Amino acid sequence: MNVDLTVVWAFLIAFAVFAYVVLDGFDLGLGMLFAVAPERRDRDVMMNSVAPVWDGNETWLVLGGGGLFAAFPLAYALVLPALYAPIIAMLLALIFRGVAFEFRWRTERWRGVWDFAFISGSAMASFAQGVALGALLQGIEVDMTARSYAGGWFDWLTPFSIVTGIAVMAGYCLLGATWLVMKTEGDLQDRMRRLAWPFGLATLGFIGIVSLWTPFLQDGYYNRWFTGWGLALAVGVGAAVLLVAWGMFTSLTVHRHEYRPFLQAIALFALCFVGLGIAMWPYVVPVEVTIWDAAAPEKSQVFMLIGAVVLIPLILGYTAYAYWIFRGKIDPDAGYH
Amino acid sequence: MFDHADAVLLARIQFAFTVSFHFLFPAFSIGLASYLAVLNGLWLAGYGQVYRVLFDYWKKIFALVFAMGVVSGIVMSYQFGTNWSVFSDKAGPVIGAPMAYEVLSAFFLEAGFLGIMLFGRERVGNALHMVATAVVAVGTLLSAFWILSVNSWMHTPAGFTIDAVTGQFLPTNFWESIFNPSFPYRLAHTVTAAYLTTAFIVGGVGAWHLLRRTAGDNPGARRMFSMAMWMAAFVAPIQVFIGDLHGLNTMEHQPQKVMAMEGHYESHPEGWAPLYLFGIPNDAEQRLDYAFGIPGASSLILGHSLSAPLAGLDTIPDDEQPPVAIVFWSFRIMVGLGLLMVAVGIWSLFARWRGTLYTSRPLHRFAVAMGPSGLVAVLAGWVTTEVGRQPYTIWGLLRTADSAAPLDASAVGASLIAFVVVYFIVFGAGTFYVLRLMAKAPFTGGPDDWETRAPIRTAGIAPGPAQGTPTEHGPKIEEETR
Repeated sequence: MNVDLTVVWAFLIAFAVFAYVVLDGFDLGLGMLFAVAPERRDRDVMMNSVAPVWDGNETWLVLGGGGLFAAFPLAYALVLPALYAPIIAMLLALIFRGVAFEFRWRTERWRGVWDFAFISGSAMASFAQGVALGALLQGIEVDMTARSYAGGWFDWLTPFSIVTGIAVMAGYCLLGATWLVMKTEGDLQDRMRRLAWPFGLATLGFIGIVSLWTPFLQDGYYNRWFTGWGLALAVGVGAAVLLVAWGMFTSLTVHRHEYRPFLQAIALFALCFVGLGIAMWPYVVPVEVTIWDAAAPEKSQVFMLIGAVVLIPLILGYTAYAYWIFRGKIDPDAGYH
Repeated sequence: MFDHADAVLLARIQFAFTVSFHFLFPAFSIGLASYLAVLNGLWLAGYGQVYRVLFDYWKKIFALVFAMGVVSGIVMSYQFGTNWSVFSDKAGPVIGAPMAYEVLSAFFLEAGFLGIMLFGRERVGNALHMVATAVVAVGTLLSAFWILSVNSWMHTPAGFTIDAVTGQFLPTNFWESIFNPSFPYRLAHTVTAAYLTTAFIVGGVGAWHLLRRTAGDNPGARRMFSMAMWMAAFVAPIQVFIGDLHGLNTMEHQPQKVMAMEGHYESHPEGWAPLYLFGIPNDAEQRLDYAFGIPGASSLILGHSLSAPLAGLDTIPDDEQPPVAIVFWSFRIMVGLGLLMVAVGIWSLFARWRGTLYTSRPLHRFAVAMGPSGLVAVLAGWVTTEVGRQPYTIWGLLRTADSAAPLDASAVGASLIAFVVVYFIVFGAGTFYVLRLMAKAPFTGGPDDWETRAPIRTAGIAPGPAQGTPTEHGPKIEEETR
């Protein structure tokens, strides 16, 4: 067979992670934005704008993890212990915020508590995901003869990973704010439109900082970014980021578009993802283990690919259908609660 | 400060703790999803408004339970990597694929259609809403299919070879590894257990409301009690039968697990192995203290003959024996509860025949007491089968001690404490909210309540006339929050 299945799987998992980042990204961002919307009614509207779909959004995280386990079991076994603390923190945070979707409707007295759980859980999960990304990017110490993680328990904690953690929080808030511009009306929409600006600027700033910092983490990255085609790509992606950002800010303020800023924010994330991919390729654990080192045997890859080819389009189809059903502005009185 | 053994033990405790909590939610929601589909279907088919009321009643509980199942399930999917990374690396090529299929074919299906089921009736119409409800139910069953396949493979591995260099399990035949020898029995036993769990919760709630009302005049409570008792009467005996088949299958593939379940430290080469009803396992002395049993019954059940010889744990090296006491007791809890479930079913049939199904207070009290029995039995069964697999994660091939991540005991200990604290807070609150929803009778309100529950749009299917009119105006437990 001419197609390298390992590459196919690398792209599929990257896609799953990207889908997760965008989809759960906006609802995690929305969770953090709860903090700046203290009004009861606003919070109800905000939560109802994602209540029917958040569960599907979060499932992409399971596919990202499960896919890595299935297609690159060695990488899964190396990365997860290395990121032990941020991953446990993320899981605990996701518990709090996930149950808040149901619990806050079930109690009058404790609603404030579950709102706080929603805000802090969303913030903590976002931060932990950013830290995990940073920690992965800066490299993980492995012992390839023992096929196991060989670093310490706090290797993930560096200035760089803290910055990527905050960067992801800012980016998710941008996604959340632009989502709400699309889904809400009136005063709440205006406030989100205004908030999208600082979060947009912060996101842009962090993209710049992380992009400039990354090449100096590892020689491999430096050579990738600053030599030959890498340089051209880097310049190209950078220019595209600025262009998209310009478009987003004008559609927010000048044209006062409702849905475009959200799509442009997603495009911004997509470009960051491309940049990350260029930097990391072909490593799955930078810069120790390539995707081919970690790949599951071909038989497993083929067996899973059959399902993926059939099911992923189906999933995208009914996910889109679910979003379509709940399209339009949120009726403040809707919901089953 | 700590050694690897501490870290492994802590990781085991953490896994047992998180999976026990998690398992309770799907055990309930698998059955509840099907129940909701049945209720919605009966309402659409015109069997009466009572089914719609029950659908809306259980839908809220389902949403809570499902949310808790989702968040505790995400923990499980990552814990393989964080705490059992060696296992993940070695087994990933074989079980990674079915686990990925679980996500692709089941999780997305449930998650995608759950929103439509909970929020979408008015937007998509009754017919599509019914489809969404059914799809959620199918999704939960598919999920059970894949995860039990993976779990069964760990008990009866098949369809693989072991790589001499990396020690990885490499697939040779996915068909064999998915439909491994214990899978059909475990799947049937577990799904049936989930249905019974739901039936006894529903029945317990129904009985609770019948007890609280004079003469049991709440049509919703009557209907759910009746439906649950049919399930108990027919499915509980079937479960005993399936459980027996599962036990024989275990006997064939994991004999030492059965020896531990039965408390057979000693072999019975001449047959007449007793079925121990009571005893205190004593691993140190390798004998069952204070043993009391029925002579020959174990030979009869496991060997189908009084003279069938049975091997005991004395034929198994010490370091391959599971811890007997835990397995012995959890097995008795499961079987005991199973027999009580059968008893409830028989009693309900008798009461039905006598016409006292809705008035027999002793039956209702018994049903309330048995409400959580399914959850307890499911946990006990899980402990029996999983502890019975020790000291292996993959039966006979990979030891638990060799499966764990290169963990630092303090890291696992800290995360264990965090999980315990968070789980008790979050799932404690969740249980409280579920119980509060259950404490509220269906048909609580007056005419107002009735109208808001009327279908907005019927999509061509006219709802039948209401069978049970809301006659009851019980006190509302708490106003809905919105």
